[in-house]
Amino acid sequence: MYKIVSRKALRPTLTMIEVEAPLVARKAKPGQFIILRVDENSERIPLTVSHCDLEKGTVKVIFQVVGATTVKLNHVMEGEYIQDFVGPLGNATETEGIRKVCIVGGGVGCAIALPVAEEFHRLGAEVTSIAGFRSKDLVILEDEFRACSDKLYIMTDDGSYGREGNVTVPLREILASGEKFDMIIVTGPLVMMKFTVLTAKEFNAPITASMAPIMIDGTGMCGGCRVILHRDGKDVTAFACVDGPDFNGYEIDFDNAITRSRMYNDYERHAYEETCNLFKNA
Amino acid sequence: MDPKKHEMPSQAPEIRAHNFKEVALGYTAEIAVEEAKRCLNCKNQPCVDACPVNISIPEFITHIKTGDFEAAYEVITRTSSLPAVCGRVCPQETQCESRCTMGIKFEPVGIGRLERFVADWHNENIKEAAHKPERNGHRVAIVGSGPSGLTCAGDLAKKGYDVSVFEALHKAGGVLVYGIPEFRLPKAIVAKEIDGLKDLGVDFQTNVVIGKTLTIDELFEMGYEAVFIGSGAGLPNFMRIPGESLKGVYSANEFLTRSNLMKAYEDDPTTPIMKGGNVAVVGGGNVAMDAARTALRLGADNVYIVYRRSMEELPARAEEVEHAMEEGIQFKILNNPVEIIPFENPDDKKDPRNGGVKAIKCIRMELGEPDEKGRRSPVPVEGSEFEIPVDTVVIAIGTSPNPLIKKTTEGLEVNKKGGIVVDEDGLTSRTAIYAGGDAVTGAATVISAMGAGKTAAAAIDKYLS
Repeated sequence: MYKIVSRKALRPTLTMIEVEAPLVARKAKPGQFIILRVDENSERIPLTVSHCDLEKGTVKVIFQVVGATTVKLNHVMEGEYIQDFVGPLGNATETEGIRKVCIVGGGVGCAIALPVAEEFHRLGAEVTSIAGFRSKDLVILEDEFRACSDKLYIMTDDGSYGREGNVTVPLREILASGEKFDMIIVTGPLVMMKFTVLTAKEFNAPITASMAPIMIDGTGMCGGCRVILHRDGKDVTAFACVDGPDFNGYEIDFDNAITRSRMYNDYERHAYEETCNLFKNA
Repeated sequence: MDPKKHEMPSQAPEIRAHNFKEVALGYTAEIAVEEAKRCLNCKNQPCVDACPVNISIPEFITHIKTGDFEAAYEVITRTSSLPAVCGRVCPQETQCESRCTMGIKFEPVGIGRLERFVADWHNENIKEAAHKPERNGHRVAIVGSGPSGLTCAGDLAKKGYDVSVFEALHKAGGVLVYGIPEFRLPKAIVAKEIDGLKDLGVDFQTNVVIGKTLTIDELFEMGYEAVFIGSGAGLPNFMRIPGESLKGVYSANEFLTRSNLMKAYEDDPTTPIMKGGNVAVVGGGNVAMDAARTALRLGADNVYIVYRRSMEELPARAEEVEHAMEEGIQFKILNNPVEIIPFENPDDKKDPRNGGVKAIKCIRMELGEPDEKGRRSPVPVEGSEFEIPVDTVVIAIGTSPNPLIKKTTEGLEVNKKGGIVVDEDGLTSRTAIYAGGDAVTGAATVISAMGAGKTAAAAIDKYLS
């Protein structure tokens, strides 16, 4: 059992929890993830590590309340326990040789992008961050991004905060101005990542995308997290849990990833509604 | 003397095809004693040599004859740590029973069925916990809680070692809990065997991924003096044909894990799985049979085994194939899949079925000349492609070893396929690191993994004493 030592609602459907897991805290690096189970009958869900405290032996993760399991997780209070917490899984984001980086985050993906931006800042790299949201009330982690970025662009689709437009607007402007990055790292919804990669491609700029497919064990056993890569004219099957989660953006078959991510949409919607009604009655 | 084995009481096929309860019900004491009497207790005991863990077979059967079932149990557990598991999943027909003297003229003695009876009898009737041996002060770490790890842990604990087993998943048992379905090996049986090891003093630590949470070298820093790697089969293989990443295409590992470990077979599961419709399982091994029979029980209308060779070459146990056929699994043999065809609704881009599976396209095969191993390799019949309409495809064509430990353990030698290289004692290229099971051999059987765990335990004992 793993204790929730603190929790904070970032927004009504976005929560940060800090979990006591000293072995994971000791090892986790930005870009890696954990898998947790809320209780004995819960599914296993992967969540990206957002912060580790070595002294306290704790790991922070941020989750969006989207399905039955995350609804349940959102009801575990400070001082209470969750059943399982395993990690760190996946490979850490590659930082070597990168002196100038552009971090692009979309929506809740910003929670995953932030620790990566912080790591580059800590390593002394020049960090440009672009964070995109649907509207003003969905903006998260602005202060944190400001603290670790040399330049920060906040975008909203409806223009209610920051600049109007999506993340590709400033990215295109920056790249068109002739600025070059050692790497662009994008994290967010698959469609947003697909178009960010296409934008980078216009300028031949290197770009890494962080994938978060459906998975079960996260250790290289089930194969559910496979991502199709187009490499040297061939389709290559890679596994996000052991080969990723970061992949060369140019190689990822985003359309296939989008289709696979919808495998259980109907099931999830149904389970979510059931859970919500259950809590209403309780 | 009865020329035939006593039949195993089983659930009728038409009933068991719709439930996840165990297929075989086990011998009664009366049947067991009668079957035991068929053993000739021959002098040269060929069955013992044919058992990977060398159970003293005629000796335990002799105790059954006299009704002393607990004495029989003690004989078995002298060399085997998991009798209730082995009695169920061992391929006895190619091991002990294949060498039985009775089998020369008649059907061999039902050794597996007797082993299962003895283990079940003990579990039901003997409540006292196993005697905890005196500790010898040495600490050994076991990576993985599947059959090789459990065997190695059990053997060392019996000798007095302090043994810790590290498991990546949330539950101990490895393939016995995530892979082999309830109807073939009930989870309660595995839990009981693991409880038995806990009684011996074995410590289980779940949610620890060796190679990630801790490395092998850190285990030594923590004070473990030897390590056994039994991390099991790794990444599932795919065929590299178009359509393998469509929605509705599973590896057998994922399909079985969803059903078994994540309990998707229960009425109101939290982990989803595709149910119903038509299902094609590609492959002909035990895992393919497990996946096919699981799909059937989950409510599929038609389940097909698609296999590129003929019935004679099916690598699955004869009994599993027989059970599958009785239950109505349809064998599409001498067919090789060439493409999985997607469902596309041209009029509605939002149709949720888009990107799912519509059919599996196969080409007919015929058997050509025998290869160097004598196995006739299948050759495609040109122009014979045809489609089988299916909604789900499960790929069960084997696995490749997991890369996590290799990547994080310096000096650990692996072969071309990624399997850990070991000598006849299970020792790897690194001092005090031993390995066995699928992590070494690639996908194989439970009992061969147990044999490897046993060999390594003996070698570790020798090394540390």
